[in-house]
Amino acid sequence: MAVDRILKDEASEEKGDRARMATFVGALAIVDLIKTTLGPKGMDKILQSTGRGHNVTVTNDGATIMKSLHIDNPAAKVLIVVLNLKPDISKTQDDEVGDGTTSVVVLAGELLREAEKLVAMKIHPMTIISGYRMATECAHNALLKKVVDNKLDSDKFRSDLMNIAMTTLSSKILSQDKEHFANMAVDAVMRLKGSTNLEAIQIIKKPGGSLRDSFLDEGFILDKKIGVGQPKRIENAKILVSNTAMDTDKVKIYGARVRVDSMAKVAEIEGAEKEKMREKVKKIIGHGINCFVNRQLIYNFPEELFADAGVLAIEHADFDGIERLALVTGGEIASTFDNPESVKLGECKLIEEIMIGEDRLIHFSGVALGQACTIVLRGASEHVLDEAERSLHDALCVLSQTVNDSRVVHGGGWPEMVMAKDVDDLARKTPGKKSHAIEAFSRALQAIPTIIADNAGLDSAELISKLRAEHQKEDSTAGIDVITGAVSRLESLSCHVGDMAALGISESFKVKQAVLYSAIEAAEGLLRVDEIIRCAPRRREDRM
Amino acid sequence: MALAFDEYGRPFFILKEQESKTRLRGLDAQKSNITAGRAVARILRSSLGPKGMDKMLQSPDGDITITNDGATILEQMDVDNQIAKLMVDLSRSQDYEIGDGTTGVVVMAGALLEQAGNLLDRGIHPIRIAEGYEVASRMAVENLEKIAHKFEFGEADVEPLIQTCMTTLSSKIVNRCKRSLAEIAVKAVLAVADLERKDVNLDLIKVEGKVGGKLEDTELIYGIVVDKDMSHPQMPKQIEDAKIAILTCPFEPPKPKTKHKVDIDTVEKFETLRKQEQQYFDDMVKKCKDVGATLVICQWGFDDEANHLLMHRNLPAVRWVGGVELELIAIATGGRIVPRFQELTPEKLGLAGLVREKAFGTTKDRMLYIEHCANSRAVTIFIRGGNKMMIEETKRSIHDALCVARNLVRNNSIVYGGGSAEIACSLAVEAGADRYPGVEQYAIRAFAEALDSIPMALAENSGLQPIETLSAVKHQQVKENNPCCGIDCSDIGTNDMREQNVFETLIGKQQQILLATQVVKMILKIDDVITPSEF
Repeated sequence: MAVDRILKDEASEEKGDRARMATFVGALAIVDLIKTTLGPKGMDKILQSTGRGHNVTVTNDGATIMKSLHIDNPAAKVLIVVLNLKPDISKTQDDEVGDGTTSVVVLAGELLREAEKLVAMKIHPMTIISGYRMATECAHNALLKKVVDNKLDSDKFRSDLMNIAMTTLSSKILSQDKEHFANMAVDAVMRLKGSTNLEAIQIIKKPGGSLRDSFLDEGFILDKKIGVGQPKRIENAKILVSNTAMDTDKVKIYGARVRVDSMAKVAEIEGAEKEKMREKVKKIIGHGINCFVNRQLIYNFPEELFADAGVLAIEHADFDGIERLALVTGGEIASTFDNPESVKLGECKLIEEIMIGEDRLIHFSGVALGQACTIVLRGASEHVLDEAERSLHDALCVLSQTVNDSRVVHGGGWPEMVMAKDVDDLARKTPGKKSHAIEAFSRALQAIPTIIADNAGLDSAELISKLRAEHQKEDSTAGIDVITGAVSRLESLSCHVGDMAALGISESFKVKQAVLYSAIEAAEGLLRVDEIIRCAPRRREDRM
Repeated sequence: MALAFDEYGRPFFILKEQESKTRLRGLDAQKSNITAGRAVARILRSSLGPKGMDKMLQSPDGDITITNDGATILEQMDVDNQIAKLMVDLSRSQDYEIGDGTTGVVVMAGALLEQAGNLLDRGIHPIRIAEGYEVASRMAVENLEKIAHKFEFGEADVEPLIQTCMTTLSSKIVNRCKRSLAEIAVKAVLAVADLERKDVNLDLIKVEGKVGGKLEDTELIYGIVVDKDMSHPQMPKQIEDAKIAILTCPFEPPKPKTKHKVDIDTVEKFETLRKQEQQYFDDMVKKCKDVGATLVICQWGFDDEANHLLMHRNLPAVRWVGGVELELIAIATGGRIVPRFQELTPEKLGLAGLVREKAFGTTKDRMLYIEHCANSRAVTIFIRGGNKMMIEETKRSIHDALCVARNLVRNNSIVYGGGSAEIACSLAVEAGADRYPGVEQYAIRAFAEALDSIPMALAENSGLQPIETLSAVKHQQVKENNPCCGIDCSDIGTNDMREQNVFETLIGKQQQILLATQVVKMILKIDDVITPSEF
């Protein structure tokens, strides 16, 4: 008896080993694609969009690469979903992991690669998972034992932050000027005073100049022009931030319309409208302000009135800009103007028009709220700026998380080696099949420094074995020193195993922890799958 | 053939366009149906139990779901075969009725079908098989009642309940923090439960998820969580002892339903209309303020001006709150939903001890918590997780746990899990078979065999030797006369499920057996399948 089709046409079903194979192959393909970007000497990728204009992005940010890929393999999709990198979700979503996206993918991939071998040895996936879980706990504890916390010593804490920022930035396009940018990032984050709200840090990109010309500004910059004939510079400004119609101010009662029988009447009503506007402007000026910022358009007529009164009027500031301005100047977003005494006005020391490159911007300095600041990025082209913004965003995320959880570990493959050592010890103590899985976990951890070394063109096998030997000593701080390694290649190889404490290569403990947990979560989710059912793709309606 | 002759001896077709239809009859029809049913059961078989594997499902739109919840797998599989659809319905009805054991019921039905296939081969009439199954299922259900235990818990002693929920959760991907999730589920059910009437309204438990954070951050909130923020960024973020006006009318000038036009032809009219308009906004805000409301929750949007006026008068407001949430808020705070400003009175306001806005992560996401409500019976389980997939799976798992807890509150009889109940029933049915005269005896015995397939699948999924393990456990049950021996899935080292604290609700198990038998009976009774070949 032939088995009937259970599923719809075009649907497919993969079972058992085949399904597992499909997940492994899919996930590993992604990992192999992305692993060359890992580490300070990682390579960049060119991404060409399929949309109009075939925009090109050059990046080595794991999150951006993964976001831009069109993937059909479900397992590969899972990896992306696990990292929350769906293309339609804005990039702020990767805040939680922030920097370590590439590491997560690589670690998850290595865990799957090891699992594949174990499955071939006829070990049940569930046994592998429970082994992995034990290993994760062990690795986490091992790392926990070695963390450094300098929260109390503000000088050291700052240097920790600097180190983290430099480590993060060293793998990015900003690595040439990493000290400059690290300083900027640390300054910006320190101003937040512990809040993780990155919104207060505004990043403005202006092509032109070089990356080195980027700067941190302590005030607030609005990307708008000052109206004609209005003052270009105001000291001790009183700012009214508002959201109101400054064009005709329509009557909102439903069904109202103007019906007139002569031209004279039209003129009369127009006059009344003008009068109304004049009154509104008068009321606004009556607040005793010298700067007025509106979210909506300001028409010529009211603008002229403002200019006459010597009030700086800025129109069409977008919603974010308005909210942020209200926040930093301490004002209130107003929409009615009848009670000037109770509306809170924003204040700042100085408003002036500044030139960045060829553009004129409005600069508010000496604002009430000290948390906000603006980073102006300069660079040769849009691509460079985009990449710089991504890198800086990564650094800011990591830093803001570190401010809250100030535990720090060394970088350069050090944490992986520490974890691998303890996990290895655990494997030796554990009886049963699980020990294979635990051992495999340790191998997967060691793959990360291996890839870092490989990407830098170093002899990874030699280095890892040296590193492992170093780590047998108590309190070793050895890691891979890729940067000097590349410079002084002719010297004896031992110099690549550098002292991470002395080199100041640090990473945030929170990021490392997130990497560990996200990777194991992704690997576990994929390992548990023993069947893939693909529904028939929804047909697009032909609208030809 | 579908060919008949009329009174004049002329042939005519009973079925229209016979050539374009395929038709299966008699034994062939039954065989084909059985194969289809078994194929569905086979897909689910490997997901059974705490060590069951997951399935990855790709929806028509390309979204991925990873789950091992039977009902979800079948729901999303998009099956085409009619019999397979019956199996999907079977799983769904178990889901509605009990909420748990959705995989087990399908595996059970598959095993029954398989046995029926063998009996058909031996020439037993399908109706006799169906009869035999019916008798056997009654025996099994009776036996379940015999081996059931009363399950004692009180409001102070919820530990047993938590243990049960943990059993359910242990087969899911969330088992990393099953303890905390089980506690949340139990607390939520007890909060809304009416222990006197033994009734639990699960509608009062809202399960809300938000991407971000860790699974460990999942929490139970005695109140409502709304995915909205205050309408004006500068309104207060925390309100104590809030009096809430729940409105379904917009803060806008009225729009009469009848068509009308207001003509402006003179300057005076223009002026009055303008004044009128301002008056409207002022009135609205004033009315809310007058009845003593300290928070306005509105289903619609506000005009910018109204928004500022609210802010100005120090009356925080939330806009664009969905209808369902609005109702929940009304239930929780004891307020009334007010459709017009004129009908706003102080009695219609809802009360809440604390309303606060909470921001998440580095992004701008904010949620509104309404807590310490007048009527504390509405609770929210707020799930956090690394990604959407995880949250969806957690929602499903929590739903299962909630159902289990609810069933225990309704009826506190339990049977032990790990396949022990099935083995005990299998033994009882086997013994009962010999006392039954007639051909049905064979069907009853086959039913006993089918019952064995569940512990067998459990053992197989846990990586144990299925036949060896099952025979050992069966032997132990008979020897020690202990119906609590089951498969040791988690490698704990004992077969006694009482020690492992693995149990399921009695009604759940009974329902499983009854539903599976019903569906199998139905499938067996089909002897003709007519399918149009092409649509």
